[in-house]
Amino acid sequence: MRALLAVGAFIFCSCTLAQSAALNVAVAANFAAAMQEIGAAFESETGHRAVLAFGSTGKFYAQIKNGAPFQILLAADSQTPLRLEREGLAVVGTRFTYATGRLVLWSKREGFVDGQGEVLRSDNFRHIAIADPKLAPYGAATIEALSHLGLLARLTPKFVQGENVSQTYQFVATENAALGFIALSQVYSQGKIARGSAWVVPSELYRAIHQDAVVLAKGRDNPVALEFARFLRSDTARRIIQAYGYEG
Amino acid sequence: MTVAHNHIRLVLPRADFDLDVDFSFPARGISVLFGPSGAGKTTILRCVAGLEHAANGRVIIHGETWQDQHSNTFLPTWRRPLGYVFQEPSLFSHLDVRANLEYGLRRVKAAGTGRNNLDAAIELLGIAGLLKRRAHQLSGGERQRVAIARALATQPQLLLLDEPLAALDYARRREILPWLERLRDELSTPMLYVTHSAEEVARLASQLVVLERGRVVAVGAVAEVLAATDVPVVIGEDAGALLEARIAARDTQWHLARADFDSGSLWLRDNGMAMGRKVRLRILARDVSITSEQPHHTSIQNLLPCTIESIAPDSHPSQALVRLSCGQSLLLARVTRRAVAGLALQTGKAVWAQVKSVALVE
Amino acid sequence: MLSEAAWQAVWLTIELASLTTILLLLLATPLAWWLGHTRSPLRAAVGALVALPLVLPPTVLGFYLLLAMGPQGPLGQLTQAMGFGTLSFTFSGLLIGSIIYSLPFAVQPLQHAFEAIGTRPMEVAATLRARPLDAFLTVALPLAAPGFITAAILTFAHTVGEFGVVLMIGGNIPGETQVVSTQIYGYVEAMEYAEAHWLAGSMLLFSFAVLLVLGLMNSRNSRLLP
Repeated sequence: MRALLAVGAFIFCSCTLAQSAALNVAVAANFAAAMQEIGAAFESETGHRAVLAFGSTGKFYAQIKNGAPFQILLAADSQTPLRLEREGLAVVGTRFTYATGRLVLWSKREGFVDGQGEVLRSDNFRHIAIADPKLAPYGAATIEALSHLGLLARLTPKFVQGENVSQTYQFVATENAALGFIALSQVYSQGKIARGSAWVVPSELYRAIHQDAVVLAKGRDNPVALEFARFLRSDTARRIIQAYGYEG
Repeated sequence: MTVAHNHIRLVLPRADFDLDVDFSFPARGISVLFGPSGAGKTTILRCVAGLEHAANGRVIIHGETWQDQHSNTFLPTWRRPLGYVFQEPSLFSHLDVRANLEYGLRRVKAAGTGRNNLDAAIELLGIAGLLKRRAHQLSGGERQRVAIARALATQPQLLLLDEPLAALDYARRREILPWLERLRDELSTPMLYVTHSAEEVARLASQLVVLERGRVVAVGAVAEVLAATDVPVVIGEDAGALLEARIAARDTQWHLARADFDSGSLWLRDNGMAMGRKVRLRILARDVSITSEQPHHTSIQNLLPCTIESIAPDSHPSQALVRLSCGQSLLLARVTRRAVAGLALQTGKAVWAQVKSVALVE
Repeated sequence: MLSEAAWQAVWLTIELASLTTILLLLLATPLAWWLGHTRSPLRAAVGALVALPLVLPPTVLGFYLLLAMGPQGPLGQLTQAMGFGTLSFTFSGLLIGSIIYSLPFAVQPLQHAFEAIGTRPMEVAATLRARPLDAFLTVALPLAAPGFITAAILTFAHTVGEFGVVLMIGGNIPGETQVVSTQIYGYVEAMEYAEAHWLAGSMLLFSFAVLLVLGLMNSRNSRLLP
């Protein structure tokens, strides 16, 4: 359900920006479900409302460069916040990793993916979905892991690429692709993988997928922005983040 | 029951009234369907063509059954050997005149004789100089002539013309009428011609079918029907008789021409008509007066001895319409009822008709 | 300049747009004729159905197509039963998606053209002994030529610019489903703006040229066929 919500958030790309002085937060689509819970907790704890916009990090980058009124960015990677900081569009010294993503090989079919990922060496599937490695950190991590396993050349002809992990998840969830590499957070619920079959890719096979947040230039003089950044590192927020399958 | 050569019976419910007609028409000449707008004239034509389907009906043309509800016959339009000329010139705008003319011809089985027929139609309607043009390069009159030739080229058993002059201005109408007269006199194809113009009736009709609110109120030879005193559509201001005549003599001193008809002759203005030419003369009822004795000192040039056939009330209570037979021909006279009483006019009485004005129909 | 991958995407896009245009015109002609002339009570419903792709966001349409083409979806069931496997991530799948996506752009101009012709020319043809199909081919089709050109322009242009549907059902496979629009999007997302500009600029120029040529043809045609 959470994953479906994220799908919905991506599809409609509800980039609704409040006109008031409320806090405008740009959030990577893969973090949508967790973010909604954190936003609610933030509001009940501080009384401040955070207006959330979900979308792809690349699009947010282009929008921020062109004057979008976001005060905080929760990116899907660590490069974009760094780049914004260098370009003077983010407040120096406010970058931090709010979540570390975990890569998972997942299929909707029970028992299709084994606990060792041996299915990758079989010919039991026509398509394998990955996120576009150029666009999505999870895609880059997938390529890295597959090279370590020595399977990259063998699997490349079977790749179908989603623009981001949300779309990659759709390919697999609709069974148009038998299996795919997605974010653990997309199928993780209450401490376990909710359905289908999965292999959590060992973290030594790819560089950690750090998702960084940064206070943007437009949030420099907004005390609520700084308060929100602090809240994101609080125990309350970290518990929520971990419950969604990220390393907090 | 004997089946006429050309016979039409149609029953078709319509929003305002039911169409219910049953008439025959001859194998030659123009049969005009005449009546006010909305009388059902066009609907009859469309049913005869099969463009509309009167479930209850029978259409027999040239002895062939095109439609008969009893034998469950209904030929689709494209299988009926007819030609149809629509009110607005309906040439195909993507084809030139020649291709328009050949469109129907190519779809007729006997194409060999058809080719001659096309040439004849081109010649008959004088359109040889237009063959390479497209529809928008023609005048309205030229378009209608091409449309008629296109219909004729298929050698139809029946030519249907739906107010072919209505969309044209006066000058164009004058331009086409002679061609239509030519068709009437030279073709052996019967024509059903829809109009609400009295002028076209006078000029073209050989047979007249008068329609009102979906019913046939009069049918017969045109002179007969026009001289009827009991047909309301006909007895308006323009009530009058129609005579077929021939130019027989000329009085050059007084610029008059004499037209002879089967039982008399009439003098009219000499417009330079050729001797021996067939003409149609229109004599309006209001231009005919009656005397009980032969007048001697009168300015009226045309005097005809007649017998009163009937006397009917006119549209105004002060007037009466008197139907006169003059040999084989019929005349109408519009006189006051007081004059009817004063002269003791009655059926069978011999009188003199004074004709004040004779119009050449052209 | 354009990379090899970009050229591949360009050719694939032209192939997709051309095939979509041809197939869609074949499909839309009888549909538009029916919509233009029927008195069936179904007319309004079918007309609305044809117009639906105008309303649905392309990504939503793509998402439903993805569901339909999947192994559990109705279309997927059908294609599997016919032995074609599933159509997602294939050029054929993209073609079907494009045809559905551009359907109103082909049907509506044709329908308007047929309606503008009216019934009279067909009646005239019938009185000249033409069977209905004959009359349709020799009268209605030539008279509707401007409508066909408009439909072809719109379908072609709309398919070249198609993005959401391709993104959803394509899977971005080079030479199979990676078209210009998704590739430009990828460049923009990856912040490779120089490549994006080259490709976007070329696509704009090409599309402008195609539309210009067709537009000129159309205006010349409409002068010939008033």
